[in-house]
Amino acid sequence: MAEPVLAVSGLRKSFGALAATDGVDLALRDGEILALIGPNGAGKSTLIAQIAGTLAPDAGRVTLAGRDLAGMSVAARARAGLGRTFQVSSLAMPLSARANVRIAVQARAPRRFGVLRPVARDAALNAPAEAALARVGLGPARWALPVASLSHGERRRVELAAALAARPRLLLLDEPMAGLGADGTAAMADLLEALRAEVPILLVEHDMSAVFRLADRIAVLVAGRIIATGAPDAIRADAAVQQAYLGVDA
Amino acid sequence: MREGVVSAALLGALLAFGLGAWALGEVFFVNLAARVACVALAGAGLNLALGFGGMVSFGHAAFFGLGGYAAGIAATHAFDGGAFAGVLPGTTSMPVVWLAAMLAAGLAALPIGLISLRTQGVYFIMITLAFAQMIFYFAISFPAYGGEDGLPIYLRSELPLVDASDPLDFFLVSFALLVAVLLGCRTVLAARFGAALALARLNPVRLATAGIAPLPVLLAAFVASAMIAGLAGALFAELNGFVSPAMLSWHRSGEIMVIVILGGVGRLAGPVAGAMLFVALETVIGGWTQYWQGWLGLILLGVVLFARGGLIGALAGPVRHG
Amino acid sequence: MSALLLEQLLNGVQLGLSLFLMAAGLTLVFGVMGLINLAHGALYMTGAFVCAWTGALTGSFWVGLGAGVLAAAAAGAVIELLVIRRLYDRDHLDQVLATFALILIFSEAARAVFGAAPLWLDVPPALAGSVALPGGAAYPVYRLAIIAAGLAVAAGLYLLIQRTRLGMRIRAGEADREMVGALGVDIATLYTVIFALGAGLAGLAGAMIGPLQSVQVGMGEPVLILAFVVIVIGGIGSIRGALFGAVLVGLVDTLGRVFLPAAFALVLEPSAAAGMGAALASMLIYVMMAAILAVRPQGLFPADA
Ligand SMILES: Nc1ncnc2c1ncn2[C@@H]1O[C@H](COP(=O)(O)OP(=O)(O)OP(=O)(O)O)[C@@H](O)[C@H]1O
Ligand SMILES: [Mg+2]
Repeated sequence: MAEPVLAVSGLRKSFGALAATDGVDLALRDGEILALIGPNGAGKSTLIAQIAGTLAPDAGRVTLAGRDLAGMSVAARARAGLGRTFQVSSLAMPLSARANVRIAVQARAPRRFGVLRPVARDAALNAPAEAALARVGLGPARWALPVASLSHGERRRVELAAALAARPRLLLLDEPMAGLGADGTAAMADLLEALRAEVPILLVEHDMSAVFRLADRIAVLVAGRIIATGAPDAIRADAAVQQAYLGVDA
Repeated sequence: MREGVVSAALLGALLAFGLGAWALGEVFFVNLAARVACVALAGAGLNLALGFGGMVSFGHAAFFGLGGYAAGIAATHAFDGGAFAGVLPGTTSMPVVWLAAMLAAGLAALPIGLISLRTQGVYFIMITLAFAQMIFYFAISFPAYGGEDGLPIYLRSELPLVDASDPLDFFLVSFALLVAVLLGCRTVLAARFGAALALARLNPVRLATAGIAPLPVLLAAFVASAMIAGLAGALFAELNGFVSPAMLSWHRSGEIMVIVILGGVGRLAGPVAGAMLFVALETVIGGWTQYWQGWLGLILLGVVLFARGGLIGALAGPVRHG
Repeated sequence: MSALLLEQLLNGVQLGLSLFLMAAGLTLVFGVMGLINLAHGALYMTGAFVCAWTGALTGSFWVGLGAGVLAAAAAGAVIELLVIRRLYDRDHLDQVLATFALILIFSEAARAVFGAAPLWLDVPPALAGSVALPGGAAYPVYRLAIIAAGLAVAAGLYLLIQRTRLGMRIRAGEADREMVGALGVDIATLYTVIFALGAGLAGLAGAMIGPLQSVQVGMGEPVLILAFVVIVIGGIGSIRGALFGAVLVGLVDTLGRVFLPAAFALVLEPSAAAGMGAALASMLIYVMMAAILAVRPQGLFPADA
């Protein structure tokens, strides 16, 4: 089997007495969508944050395509190929959708800190940014609007476009469907389905219909530990998982 | 586009004021126009950090004053034949003085920015203030360059074709530098560096997630901002023929900040508007009453509480982003 | 040497406790209301002027002291009602500018009311004279009284915050503004009271300093900046940090000014040593603050930890 794109091993992070991540191992391969599910507070976002570099783990290793990410900043990891969206959208609200995506293109451009040519008329930045926005289904009429005036669903798309515009090796998506409603969730699922062949995805999601539709494999995180990993059907049948989700419809 | 028109009109008005005063033989008002240009330049420096980088520095008088001392020390050694730190001789060449002022401010800003940017919010405000106080007290108690009494500038610096001791020449030089710096800032801010700086101010998490570490961007803007303030300080010292620790005081930091706020934070020509208003208030109210600073306080309070956005905000509407 | 050391240690503690009186109000207001108040030095100046003026008028330092504290607290309550409460929801930049404006207004008002000439105040007869320190040096009783007053205020604040209903509300207010509101506490009044309390302490510090130095316009500003250094070192919002930071700053500043020039004299020629020593001594606390923040960006006792 080919080397995993993302390999997490023995990852551990405590907040005081609380072990938010308690020895997590994960592997993600090309062409794959791995869903990470678990009850509220299980440690999913904490795990994503450690992979992305926002939180430093207490112990453990994260590698991206074989490269150890230890000691690398968030920005360096992003340039190494990690694309990320947040559970709560994190965009520059007064700036346009295009500007929010353009910066991700700029981060990989040969002259990242040019001081002469205006970005507004820089086709090398704008063309890929606009392509990414079109890709996530945001029409040209919305590109120049400040993100603050876009709807919640549109902002989620802008975030995804920003991650895509960077041509990532791997996408870390923290609850991309949250708050989208039925139509929005279906559209987002279509979009992710189309991305599967292009980039592997670690998908944190509470919407179980979307998870079972998209995931090749599912990992179940409870209280900082992975209690089960496997194909959707096996997870559906797993006794421990049913225990953990007792009362939660799955 | 409207902001561009307002900016050009403000600069045009300043130029017309200086030239008009000269045509009428009013040397006092020519010098006043030069003062506006110097103060506006200092404000333009701070605006780069505060307005465009979101770094609320309460210590820019340090850079302003260091620029002033660079000019003062250069002139002193040109006069007495000595050398700074035993190696750097004095000079009266204007470009060299400017360069020295910018270097002095920039070299100080590098470690100050590096340490200060580790902190945030009030801590950033306070640590920049503390660094400025450090330099202020050093200047007061270190005797070699005048200590508390300051340093007179006996030799005006020179430029081919320009006589700095002529008020009109000096105003025109200051004005030209102001315009050049503003145009330079406009270009850089519209370019990739500016795009990164805007993200660093608005949402550093987004910038880092996109793949650009915010700290170096902020630090570069902080140092550039200090260098502009240093240049302004050199001009200001030369205009007054004198440099003293007062140029480094925290009151001065507050005044530079006030100029930026009165004009409009993060607006390119904000400091020009702010400097015109500030110097006008100082001159007009100062002519009526010795308590002019109290009135300035009332006006400032009114602007902060009720008229956010400053003069440029009132004239050109809110900021528009691309 | 040891007599000198003891004397300077006491001077350092006295400076530190004066600073604590200033810093306590600043840090309380920041911790509870999230406000950075540059005008705190103006309240110190108010206390000093009213004390000196009333003291001269009535011939009693004690009447002056009471009047100074009350005037500062009243001035604090008035500016809180008129200006400060509009600033709680603003960013720190607006707070800095508005309270900077208040400094300008207070300074000019003081100049207009009390004149530009400095006022002087005598040490009250009950606290005149000096006591002999172990080692033989004489130490002024008045400075010891300032130390005692500072310690009393520190103890009082501790009891107030830990043991009283007001203190409970202050602690709750630091933890969660909305929750206090939900508990039915009148937040607006609570804030006015806290601000006036801090102002009164600043006024006390100002009033007590009158017999040691001249009372003049602008006297609040150096103290204000030192108090900021104190609360930043201690961790903004922490009273304990303010006390620790204040004594640290007082000691380092005082001892630095005495011993740094002497230390430089060991390695440099006398005139250069005096110059360098004095220059570095005056920078010392700022160097210390920068060093502390470089290592601990939230100060030594972060309030939310
Ligand atoms: N910075 C922090 N300090 C202290 N505790 C934290 C911190 N961040 C997260 N936690 C705790 O760690 C645990 C895991 O949180 P995390 O946000 O990773 O959960 P999650 O699985 O993403 O939950 P959700 O589905 O609600 O998003 C929670 O108990 C949370 O309270
Ligand atoms: Mg989460």
